[in-house]
Amino acid sequence: MDKILDYIWAFAIGGGLCVIAQILIDKTKLTPARILVLYVVAGVILTGIGLYGPLVDFAGCGATVPLTGFGYSLAEGVKKAIDERGLIGALTGGLTATSAGVTAAMVFAWLAAVLFKGKPKG
Amino acid sequence: MNMDDKTYKKYVEKRATKSNLSADCARAFLIGGFICTLGQGLFDIYTMLGMSEDNVKALVPVSLVFLAALLTSLNVFDNIAKFAGAGTLVPITGFANAVVSPALDTKAEGFILGVGAKIFTVAGPVILYGTLASTIYGIILYVVRYF
Repeated sequence: MDKILDYIWAFAIGGGLCVIAQILIDKTKLTPARILVLYVVAGVILTGIGLYGPLVDFAGCGATVPLTGFGYSLAEGVKKAIDERGLIGALTGGLTATSAGVTAAMVFAWLAAVLFKGKPKG
Repeated sequence: MNMDDKTYKKYVEKRATKSNLSADCARAFLIGGFICTLGQGLFDIYTMLGMSEDNVKALVPVSLVFLAALLTSLNVFDNIAKFAGAGTLVPITGFANAVVSPALDTKAEGFILGVGAKIFTVAGPVILYGTLASTIYGIILYVVRYF
């Protein structure tokens, strides 16, 4: 039963974060790129003030899969690195914690460009 | 169709307001929720396979990035995104699509200044401002904790 609740909350919170972005797209002139930047930075700030961690505990992938979760990983990584190695952790922690996703995106994008036919412009 | 700028602007605005907010939100909720639930499913499967928590946390986004990259390459992602709006944009699938899509589009411009540079058109700002914010957070954290 607990498992089912996990999935329901992942769906609801993840979907809810998408709805907020959809409203921003429809009601403001924010471009998708700006919204992604906004979400990552918001994720860092919300983690920093202690609000996003509890949401991750509660909603699991509903909070970590949206781009705010990328910000959460950056902030959590920095926090952990600072605990372990001091101030230098502010420079090392973020990209270390998010390296798998970022590297995967680069590798798969490059492979896609090699393996698939490029799309003609327009 | 022949129109001057003003008429065209009116035409665009009329078309733009036609998109229905509540329908857009419902689709974003369903598809976005589904992608996060899929992530949760992968999380549980990888955990059941006995992977460490750290590896599971890395492998879930990698899997979703792979799926989004594959669907983008097969020209399927754009069609889903047209339907889902922010539902595919906000999950990490949107980030992956923003990297893979320009890689395919700019193949003709070469692998250095085409693919190599353009994959960061959207991902670059996301990584820059995310990292910048986390660095500032780290400095604040350090100052608050040790002084």
